[in-house]
Amino acid sequence: MKKMSFSEAIDDALGQAMAADPRIILFGEDVQGVHAGLFVRFGRGRVRNTPISESAFLGAAVSAAMAGLRPVAEIMLVDFVAVAADALVNQAAKVEAFSGGRWKVPLVVRTTCGGGYGDGGQHEQSLWGWLAHIPGLSVVVPSTPADAGGLMLGSFGYGSPVIFMEHKLLSHVWLDLLGTGGRKSVTYNVPLAGTMGRVPNVWEAIPIGKSSIRRDGHDMTIISLGVGVHRALEAAPILDGMGISVGVIDLRSVSPLDLDTICRETAKTKRMLVVDEDYEGFGLSGELAARVLEAGISVKFARVCTQTTIPYARDLEDETLPNTTRIVEAAERLMSE
Amino acid sequence: MPADIWLLYELMLKSRLIEEGIAKLWNDGLISGEMHLGVGEEAVMAAIVSQLQQDDAMALDHRGTSPLLMRGVDPVPLIREMLGREDGMCSGMGGHMHLFSPEKLAASSGIVGSSGPAAIGFALAGQILRPGSISVAFFGEGASNQGMLMESMNLAVVWNLPVIFVCKDNQWAITTPASSASRGSLLTRAEAFGMKAIEADGSDVISTWNVAKEALGFVRTGKGPVFLLVHCIHLEGHFLGDPLLDMVRRPIISFRKRFLPILRMFFKRRGATLGVRIQSLQEILKLVFSIQAQKARDQDPLIRARKLLTTKDPKRLESLEVALKAEIQQIFTSALAESA
Repeated sequence: MKKMSFSEAIDDALGQAMAADPRIILFGEDVQGVHAGLFVRFGRGRVRNTPISESAFLGAAVSAAMAGLRPVAEIMLVDFVAVAADALVNQAAKVEAFSGGRWKVPLVVRTTCGGGYGDGGQHEQSLWGWLAHIPGLSVVVPSTPADAGGLMLGSFGYGSPVIFMEHKLLSHVWLDLLGTGGRKSVTYNVPLAGTMGRVPNVWEAIPIGKSSIRRDGHDMTIISLGVGVHRALEAAPILDGMGISVGVIDLRSVSPLDLDTICRETAKTKRMLVVDEDYEGFGLSGELAARVLEAGISVKFARVCTQTTIPYARDLEDETLPNTTRIVEAAERLMSE
Repeated sequence: MPADIWLLYELMLKSRLIEEGIAKLWNDGLISGEMHLGVGEEAVMAAIVSQLQQDDAMALDHRGTSPLLMRGVDPVPLIREMLGREDGMCSGMGGHMHLFSPEKLAASSGIVGSSGPAAIGFALAGQILRPGSISVAFFGEGASNQGMLMESMNLAVVWNLPVIFVCKDNQWAITTPASSASRGSLLTRAEAFGMKAIEADGSDVISTWNVAKEALGFVRTGKGPVFLLVHCIHLEGHFLGDPLLDMVRRPIISFRKRFLPILRMFFKRRGATLGVRIQSLQEILKLVFSIQAQKARDQDPLIRARKLLTTKDPKRLESLEVALKAEIQQIFTSALAESA
C-alpha cells in the first residue's frame, strides 16, 4: 500500500490501463496540461488536446469506441455535457439497444462535478441523476483515492458507456485550477479523507455497481455518494452523541444501483436518509425511495439534497449544498417521527 | 464624427483600474472560484460599447465586467456581486461569470460559445420590437469552434438579423494555442456563411473604433450581420492563477507543484518511447515560453493610447488619470462598506 491523492490515483490507474492496452487514448480540452503526467508518459498521439468543441469530440468518442478504440473523453465540467448531450443521450446510450446487443460502446467519459468552492451554478452542478436517467448510461462517482483508481479500471472492463465523475473538492488539481488558483487566502470545506489516502501498489478493477458500507449503524441508513459520503461520516459521530446510530452506504455508482445492499441495510434500520448533492426533484433521492418501496421494504424516508440553482455567494452556497448541519437535523427529525 | 480618444481612454482606464482592484480582492480571498478578467481587451470593448444606443443588447461571455462597466452599469453593485453580497447586482447569485442587467439588455454566460445563440435571439426580438436596434455577441476565438456559434452565424445570415459577432482573438483556447485548435482563417470562415467579415487591431483603440463604426452602421441599417475579428491579448492569461503564467511568474513554486509530478510520470516504466516523452516535455516548455514571449510584445491598448495622449496634452492626461484614480478608490471604498 502507498498514499496517493485523488487526482493522482485516477491518472495513475488510467496510466496503468493505457500501458496495458494501446487502444486506450485520452482526449479533451487542455488534457495535455491538466494531465501533463499522462501526456509526457504517453505522448501526443494518445493524449490529445481538442478544440472547445464538445459536440464534435464527445460524438467522435462514441463512434471511435464502436470502431475498436477505448477512448476516454474528458468533458472538463459535467455542466458542459449539456452542450454535447446528444452524443450521450441519443447516441452512446442507444447503440447497444438499437443493434440488438450486437454493437457495444466501450466509452469512458471523464468529467468533474460538484460545488463548494464558489464558482457559481453553471460550473458546480452534479447532474449524475440527470445522466443516469437515460437507460444505457452508467454513472460512477468515487469518494476516495482507492475507489477512484479502482473504479477507473472497472470502467474499462464494463463494456458500455461509463460517465466517471470526479468531485472537484476531492481533486486537488481541479480545485487548484478552478477554486484556489494558487492562492493561500481562500479555504474551502475539503473532506481530507477523500483527497488523500491509501491505494494498492498495483491497481485492481473495482466492479461497477457495487456500493461500499462506510459505517455500520442500527437506527438509520444514510445513502450517499461523492463528497456527500464524507459529510455523512462527519455527521455520524455527532448523531452518536445524540443517541442516534447511523450507517453510511457509499453508492459509488448511481447506475447501476447496488439494490441488494441498499435493501438489506434499510430493511434492518427501517429508516433511510439520502444525502445527494444533485438536485432533489426527479432524481436519485426519489429513485432510491421508489426502489426500496418497490422491494416491499417499509421505511421512514428523508433526504438532504440541492433544491435550487447553486448560488455564487459562499454562505448561500454552503446552505444550498448538503452539509453536516442539515444532515444532523434531518436525521433527528427522521428519528422523532 | 471621429473617435474621441479621450473618452475611449477614460473608458478603458476605468475598466482596467476596476479590474485591477477586482484582481486584488480575488488575491485577498474575498472573491471565490475562478476570475476571468478582460484586461487587454479594453480597446475592442470601448470601441464597440461606446457606439451602442439605448435599445441595443449585449450577449456576453465569461469576461462580462469590462463591457458592463462601459455600458454604464453601476460599478459598486457589480463589485459587490463578486463579493457575493446580497446587495450585489444579481443579489450574490451569479458571480462574475453570470452577470445580468435586464435594464441594459445584457446577459452573460460561462458556457463557451453561448453568446452566439443569445445574441441572435436578442437581435430577433430587437428586429421585431425595437426596429433600428442591434445586438452584439462577444466571444473568444476558442469559442469559434463551438457548433452553436457557427449555427448562430448561419441563422443570423438567413434571417438577416441585426447582430455583430465580435471575436476577441487572443490566440489561446484556455491553455491550448489557437494554432492547434483550428486551421484556416476565421474571417474566411465567417465569409463562407455569406456574412460581411472585417478585422481590427485590438491594441489600437482608434482604428478599432473606426472599424467598429463601419460594422455597426452596416448592421444598424439592416444590411445583415457582421463578423468582426479583433486581435488582442490577455495580459492575465485565461483566468487569474493561470497555470502557464504561474510557471513564468513563480518558477520555483511551480516546479515543485507542477513539474515534479510530471517528472514522476516521465520515469514510469511502460508507455511511449523516450523520444516521445522528451518531445512532450519540450511541448509543455514551449507553451510556457510562448506565454512569456507574448507578454514581452507591446500589445497593451492602454499603453498605446496613453503614449498618444502624452504627446497631445500631458496636463489634461494627468488630471484625467488623477481624477479617475480617486473615483475608483471611492468606488472600492463604497463597495467594501457595509450596506446602509
